[in-house]
Amino acid sequence: MKEIDLSLEVNGLPRRCQVHPLSRLLDVLREDLGLTGTKEGCGEGECGACAVLLDGNLVCSCLVPAAQVHGAQVLTIEGVAPSEGTLDAVQQAFVSCGGAQCGICTPGMILASKALLAKNPTPTETDIREALAGNLCRCTGYTQIFTSVLAACQAEAAAGTRP
Amino acid sequence: MSTTPTAPPRPTPLAAPGTSVPASVPHIGRSPPRKEGRQKVTGQARYVDDLRPQVARLIHGVTVRSSVPRGRILGVRFLPGVPWEEITVVTAADIAAMGGHNYIALIGNDQPCLADGVISHNEEAVLLLGHPDRALVERARALVQIDVEPLPALFDMDESLRLGHSGQQVIWGRDNAFKSFTIDKGDVGAALDAAPRTFVGDYETGAQEQLYIEPQGMLAEPTQDGGVIISGSLQCPYYIHQAIHQLLGLPKDKVRIVQCETGGGFGGKEEYPSMIAAHAVLLCRKAGCAAKIIYDRLEDMVATTKRHPSRTRIRTGWTPDGQLLAQDIDFRIDGGAYMTLSPVVLSRGALHAAGPYACDHVRVRARAAATNTPPQGAFRGFGAPQSVFAFERHLDDVAHALGISPVALRQKNLVRDGQTLSTGQVVRDGVDLRALLDRALVLSDFENKRAQHAAHNAQAAATGSPLRRGIGLATFMHGAGFTGSGERYLASVVAVDCDPEGRVRVRASSTEIGQGKSTVFTQIACDVLGISSALIDIVTPDTNEVPNSGPTVASRTVMIVGRLVGDACQALLATLRASGCLSATEPVQDTTFLAAVVAYQQRHGVLRATAQYQQPTGIVWDDVTYRGDAYATYAWATYVAEVTVDLTTYETRVDDFVAVQEIGRVVHPVMAAGQIEGGVAQGVGFALYEKVVWKEGRMANGQMTNYIMPTSMDVPSIRVDFVEVPSPLGPGGAKGIGELPLDGTAPAILNAVFFAVGTPIRSIPMLPEDLLLALTQKASSPDRKDAGR
Repeated sequence: MKEIDLSLEVNGLPRRCQVHPLSRLLDVLREDLGLTGTKEGCGEGECGACAVLLDGNLVCSCLVPAAQVHGAQVLTIEGVAPSEGTLDAVQQAFVSCGGAQCGICTPGMILASKALLAKNPTPTETDIREALAGNLCRCTGYTQIFTSVLAACQAEAAAGTRP
Repeated sequence: MSTTPTAPPRPTPLAAPGTSVPASVPHIGRSPPRKEGRQKVTGQARYVDDLRPQVARLIHGVTVRSSVPRGRILGVRFLPGVPWEEITVVTAADIAAMGGHNYIALIGNDQPCLADGVISHNEEAVLLLGHPDRALVERARALVQIDVEPLPALFDMDESLRLGHSGQQVIWGRDNAFKSFTIDKGDVGAALDAAPRTFVGDYETGAQEQLYIEPQGMLAEPTQDGGVIISGSLQCPYYIHQAIHQLLGLPKDKVRIVQCETGGGFGGKEEYPSMIAAHAVLLCRKAGCAAKIIYDRLEDMVATTKRHPSRTRIRTGWTPDGQLLAQDIDFRIDGGAYMTLSPVVLSRGALHAAGPYACDHVRVRARAAATNTPPQGAFRGFGAPQSVFAFERHLDDVAHALGISPVALRQKNLVRDGQTLSTGQVVRDGVDLRALLDRALVLSDFENKRAQHAAHNAQAAATGSPLRRGIGLATFMHGAGFTGSGERYLASVVAVDCDPEGRVRVRASSTEIGQGKSTVFTQIACDVLGISSALIDIVTPDTNEVPNSGPTVASRTVMIVGRLVGDACQALLATLRASGCLSATEPVQDTTFLAAVVAYQQRHGVLRATAQYQQPTGIVWDDVTYRGDAYATYAWATYVAEVTVDLTTYETRVDDFVAVQEIGRVVHPVMAAGQIEGGVAQGVGFALYEKVVWKEGRMANGQMTNYIMPTSMDVPSIRVDFVEVPSPLGPGGAKGIGELPLDGTAPAILNAVFFAVGTPIRSIPMLPEDLLLALTQKASSPDRKDAGR
């Protein structure tokens, strides 16, 4: 199969590259666009380390072929912070509350949390457990990840903004 | 968090990320943000697969592996379909041609880097392929055919020990035993003979995959002076340094090991990275360019080490009212095809096998067997989760048979200060284990829950409802630091020095693997120096830049290495004060400190200090007889699990979990709780989910799809409680913490299951089908006794 001229929007910027149509979005991001914040843990959609937002929906980028993202909007961990040198409320909470240990699941966890909070700004712990069930973490036992997401909600509520 | 009367409670404020804790307040006991947290939450942290080599040419390496458990290699064929002339091929013969030695340096030096004529396990590395095109080299891997004459293989540890002992089938050494020894205290035979009641039980634990979410990987790059730089995901830079030095005979200054950000280790990146580093170096040197090997999940799961499977037979003697009179424990672990770390895993397992109980007559017979499976290795807990499971499960079997509550049985026998453990070690931690137990009972509302669940279960049985409830506990300890003489032999070193602006750089080979090393070392340095955390840099572990502070294992990083960080900072401060550059009397401030260092360095050159481990006086250990102080100190704990078992699906859910432990002074409360919570989650997996399915000595379920670790839906609410009795050994009174939670979680859960269903389960992992089978068997043989066979 011939390579295709892929154009998409990544973290708010238009990007173009020549890729095989069945290239994984994960490889397009990491290798063609140099965005290595998205991680590969299993390559089969089980661990969620490669999670990104595709047109606002949480997907495992290892399961998405390049041809499917032509013209789409992708948000990766590199695009979460509002500006250079600052942190988004979810990122801030993961640092403060112990949500990140080894950090390899963290980009996917944060994007899964962002996807949850976009739909439900005041989740219960049960809502958080369900929303993060596709993202595996071997370090934390998840408890401080739940705390982090709840802390981010509180911070957003206090600031009068929504994630 | 609770504290004992001896240690007043301290606030645990959370600082905002990026803010520096001011110099004036103590740093130990607070929870500053993770030092590298910002990089991790923004995607800027660089893991091995994120690296781009410095040199222009890079090949991707793959490993061609055996597909039989044992055999003789007759030949290797390269089938057509790829341009073989473009592909770098490395075999065992290349190691000899490079003047090297074909083994991975560790304890026994018995494991080849690449199989040379003989296959000892499935998935053994036979040859390496490298090419710049990753897809092409993957295609090539499938086109290598290894012709093998199969030999009979052994997969069962007890069969291996039996056939090795009789000489009928020897697959390793003289008798298939990597190590065997006995811990002896008192006269077990006579005590058992005289005991009014004796009980026997057999207990088993399965292999468990570490399942760090970042698969293993290494990048090797040639240097202009003929050396090599290896960067990768690893726990122990100097293990790899030694392995590459011995493999290639390269001078030590030509081998440089650099740790990348590491996405979890749990022991899985203790010794196996030496193998991958060796493979990457061989490809790098043969091709004359950079070589990168990144395992995919399947290869990582089927080829790398796991927790040793174990079998334990326990015979105990008791008075009718539950006084423990004798413990006779036969502990076996399955080490797989090569020695790796099995002898020390066996030691730690055996040294924890008799538990935190006072008993005058103890025998622990310990054996590590060779089998034709991929070698097992380090995994958090390192033998102790296996032996602790066995004894803590056995106690509940005995309590049931004696008609005594599991709580009362433990209260009666828990060791007190001044009494001795199995090696004769006198306990002197000043920790009241009964108070720990009581605290866990209160927090879990144990007695009320037990009564409620008993009533619920009786009613459920009467009405045919499928749900059964249970609550169970485990009391246990975990030794901090290397076993026996280990720390004395390691003689770890930490250095601190200052950059031209006066900032302090902490140099140690201890790695940040998510456990919080960099943050905690910063806290320790700040408290000694009296300066703020913004002035402390933790140097990335790089064998050109840091001294050998030992491996990042064995719950030793805070207690042993952290103490050295503090000692080195103390020496640095003393030098600065003695020089007159810093006032000997006035309190240190950031500005005065920086100015003093700059002044010192202008006059005397770089300000630098080191500290080396000295064994505390009064610690005596005999490696031969296994007598003495097995560990300098222990962490102590009581864990309580509450479960629901569904007799329709046979699923077990952990509903609530209480973890009470004494770990000395808590250096960073948030990270310490995170260690416990993460360890409990791994323990839940060890108990209920994570089953390695073996077929012909090969893991048949090497994917996250069919090897199931706990998700956010599976972990209970985990309530962590610390009791603090500051230890004189660690920095600020801290002890070790990392491995502890793996020891007590599984037996607490399985004891709760016993209470819920009335049938003791003595083997983990206990998946629904295992419980179904156990309950079905029980129904068909009503005479079988639960304990005391």
